[in-house]
Amino acid sequence: MRQLYILIQKEFIQIFRNPLLPKLIIIFPIMVMLVMPWVTTMDVRNVGVTIIDEDCSSLSRHIISDIRAAEYFSLNDNVKTHNEALTLLEDCKVDAIVLIPRHFERDLLSQDPQKLDISANAVNATKGMLGSQYLILTIGSTLSNYNNHLTAAKTSDLIVIQNRFNPTLNYRHLMIPALMIMLLILICGFLSAINIVSEKENGTIEQINVTPIGKVTFILAKLIPFWFIGLFVVSIAMIVAWAVYDLSPTGSLGSIYLATILFILGFSGFGVSVANLSDNIQQTMFVMFFFIIIFVLLSGLLTPISSMPEWAQNFTTILPPRYYIDIMRAVYLKGSTIADLWPNFVALGVFVIVFNALAAFTYKKQS
Amino acid sequence: MNNTVISVKGLTKRFGDFTAVNCISFDVKRGEIFGFLGANGAGKTTAMRMLCGLSYPTSGSGTVVGFDVTREGEKIKRHIGYMSQRFSLYNDLTVWENIRLFAGIYGLSKAETIERANEILARLDITSERDTLVGSLPLGWKQKLSFAVATIHRPELVFLDEPTGGVDPITRRQFWEMIYEAADNGTSIFVTTHYMDEAEYCSRVSIMVDGEVRAIDTPTRLKEQFAAESMDEVFRILARGAKRGD
Repeated sequence: MRQLYILIQKEFIQIFRNPLLPKLIIIFPIMVMLVMPWVTTMDVRNVGVTIIDEDCSSLSRHIISDIRAAEYFSLNDNVKTHNEALTLLEDCKVDAIVLIPRHFERDLLSQDPQKLDISANAVNATKGMLGSQYLILTIGSTLSNYNNHLTAAKTSDLIVIQNRFNPTLNYRHLMIPALMIMLLILICGFLSAINIVSEKENGTIEQINVTPIGKVTFILAKLIPFWFIGLFVVSIAMIVAWAVYDLSPTGSLGSIYLATILFILGFSGFGVSVANLSDNIQQTMFVMFFFIIIFVLLSGLLTPISSMPEWAQNFTTILPPRYYIDIMRAVYLKGSTIADLWPNFVALGVFVIVFNALAAFTYKKQS
Repeated sequence: MNNTVISVKGLTKRFGDFTAVNCISFDVKRGEIFGFLGANGAGKTTAMRMLCGLSYPTSGSGTVVGFDVTREGEKIKRHIGYMSQRFSLYNDLTVWENIRLFAGIYGLSKAETIERANEILARLDITSERDTLVGSLPLGWKQKLSFAVATIHRPELVFLDEPTGGVDPITRRQFWEMIYEAADNGTSIFVTTHYMDEAEYCSRVSIMVDGEVRAIDTPTRLKEQFAAESMDEVFRILARGAKRGD
């Protein structure tokens, strides 16, 4: 026990004496939480729309004024012909064209109504798709208002879309828990790996290996400081999320911290294993980057797992961040409890055991 | 008590096709200062790493302080000290913190730690540098401190891998005084060096060439055997035939 205490003391002294690390540990989470939620947003704004009104009816004027009023669009009025508009679309000057055909209003209630035509530039697939979705919603509501106005009976096909748990469909609320996880991956995985491999490069690990210190004691002493740092970083991130974005966990803090502890335990064990198997910092960095790209892109941090191909979905079951992000989003946005999410907690627990066993196994005092 | 601290027979280490240490056998007696000489690449460090329990022998056997080098590496580590050719204290810790760390690792109690730390500071005359970062000490001081830390738990045997490399002659002399002092207190010394004047200070020396021990005896008798004036000449006669090296 005294050995462990002495070694942990040494790690903390080294971390705090490092000219960069203590500052990074504080500034990094604050910066990431202040900046990234704004730039990683997939809410589409300022969709450039041009409208070719061949109908010139009161309905078409309604549609135009509703689009003008909607906050997502910026309307370009100076276009007269459809061809002109298509040129603008090709040049990426506008994102979508709405063509209101002649006699649109007159034929609306007839058997064979004219079709309103939306062309969107889908080079930026997200913006194209979401932009046309927004247009459909906006025009749809104009039309249903108008129908109501005429005959109440005709509005049977109203679609009600309800975005539960994230009522405003605020992408930031989805990203914030994901950003916390990326912070942990970087700080707990990277720093603990680099810490160990730099002892290899300095030759000090050899001095440790020739002492009777136990493997487990040495690795624990390396990991424990990063567990504290990880919890600290998550706490800062949660405070920023609450203060700046008014986002606080709907569920209990206890389940967030429990999941965080499990994740840090597992992931820092992973970092140590990578460091044990590499000889220098370059190798460690490269291998860690490789895995972090896999973790970030495949764990559903940025894109939903359910829309991945099946083989990729199966693969995600062996990625620890997948379970952690599920817990974080569910607790943060839905208020789920440990009882709801127990399979995820069990999965994280398994990773803790596997990765730390791997860390102890790959650290060799005698080769 | 057994009078032999190191006893190896046919110790061999291969890395793939390369035989770094080829079937070496020798004994080191308690209280000896044993000089382990050889040109660069002769296999000294590899041999020493096997004796310290850092590296498994490919074949052969041996005991160090009574424990088997293959199976009881961790037990060996409790009874030896080790100072490697790369300076191996933590540069970003102070003198005091380094001493405290290694005392703690070797299981010394708090009271013992303070007592021995003060003793080391006084003996090396660096009490005023107690809170200086080790990284900013001159090399000679670092090496002396490193030796003191390697022997803080009063080991039976201490391994020194080129401890005086790059150190000035005066500090080298002081360093050897420390070695003698430790030997007088009953610690056996196993030291590698490239300085042949230091070889003369040893009670016995062995000379390794191309992974094999080519000669082993007291400096005086080695000089007689090779009809040489100095250890330097003995070394050159033996090392001339070396195929490895840089």
